[in-house]
Amino acid sequence: MVTSVALSKDQIWDWLDSVPDPEIPVISIVDLGVVRDVAVSEGGVLITITPTYTGCPAMSVIAFDIETALAQKGVKKITLETQIAPAWTTDWLSEKGRARLEDYGIAPPQAAGGPERCPQCKSSNVERISQFGSTPCKAQWRCKSCMEPFDYFKCI
Amino acid sequence: MRDTTSALFEFLLRQGDNALVLGHRTSEWCGMAPVIEEDIALANIALDLIGQAKLWLEYAGEQEEAGRSANDLAFLRDAYDFRNLLMLELPNEDFGRTIMRHFLFDAFQVPWLEALSESSDQRVSDIAQKASKEATYHLERSEYAVIGLGDGTEESNRRMQNALTDLWPFAGEAFRDDNIDRAMHDAAISPLPSMLQPVWKIKVQSTFQLAYLTPPDSEFAHSGGRIGFRHTEHLGHMLATMQFLQRAYPGATW
Ligand SMILES: [Zn+2]
Repeated sequence: MVTSVALSKDQIWDWLDSVPDPEIPVISIVDLGVVRDVAVSEGGVLITITPTYTGCPAMSVIAFDIETALAQKGVKKITLETQIAPAWTTDWLSEKGRARLEDYGIAPPQAAGGPERCPQCKSSNVERISQFGSTPCKAQWRCKSCMEPFDYFKCI
Repeated sequence: MRDTTSALFEFLLRQGDNALVLGHRTSEWCGMAPVIEEDIALANIALDLIGQAKLWLEYAGEQEEAGRSANDLAFLRDAYDFRNLLMLELPNEDFGRTIMRHFLFDAFQVPWLEALSESSDQRVSDIAQKASKEATYHLERSEYAVIGLGDGTEESNRRMQNALTDLWPFAGEAFRDDNIDRAMHDAAISPLPSMLQPVWKIKVQSTFQLAYLTPPDSEFAHSGGRIGFRHTEHLGHMLATMQFLQRAYPGATW
């Protein structure tokens, strides 16, 4: 319990880093870059988040998961603020997050606009199936070496 | 003459209603598209548009200061209070026509949102910057699809040409300036829509050339949607479906 000890910002960031992204649970919401700021004051904790896509249905789940995770750690007063500028970009994905995406079978975003290689067999012989995928942040690609389809995390 | 605040409210409704109405029409494809990849793509595009609509309408509600939320504006206004372009409320018809409408709109929306990113109104600029990234992605897809279908089979070319011929007289409405546009331009909140027409024309004409499609040689444009003067008979039917739940069960949430 942390009732009497002053909360540190780093502590809050650590706790948030254990909240999984609801759609891609191998990365945390901190890895994803949606947590933009943490402010601690006597009045409580203020967390600023930003949406990945304007219509992303995971955002309300993320807000709920943050409140639950911090409440479980004993944080009493949690305020969430949504900020849309500067707009979220895949540049904010952490290195740890990118590596975990690939291990999980999702090719991480590349500035070139397509995956560098197949997350399964690592071949660079890949082609796009569709610009969109199972969630707003993904597109569908296929590997022409191992013939497996895979998700690519869109670069925006 | 209206003051800047109520002109800004009208302006925000136009942005929000364009996104909402096209977003709803696009969502009608969910489970109906010709192939699963297209079904998923259309559902995702619908989601983006509805997300953008929420941002615009939230701000509109705040400007109006009448206590209306984005949901109230979306679900409790009648057809004559909507400010969307007529083209966006037309029924989907076939897949080719859906793609053509997206392309004509996306080709406008990309330079428009880029211009709004420079708005003197910080909130307008913030929303536009966010939406602009999504619109750019949508245009990439709709442009590619127009070329693919136009330069496809005899049938796909015929259908795309029909879609273009039918939609062309609706495309020009976006560029008709009125008093609201002039008030926004004077306040440096937005450019005049007419200022974007040349850029739009170059974009669509170069794409149609690659797609073996020919737009009608006419400048005629149906209008009335964005000023709320006259909608087509289709909008009311669309709203009857879209608004049913909130009308039948006021305040319902999940
Ligand atoms: Zn492979």
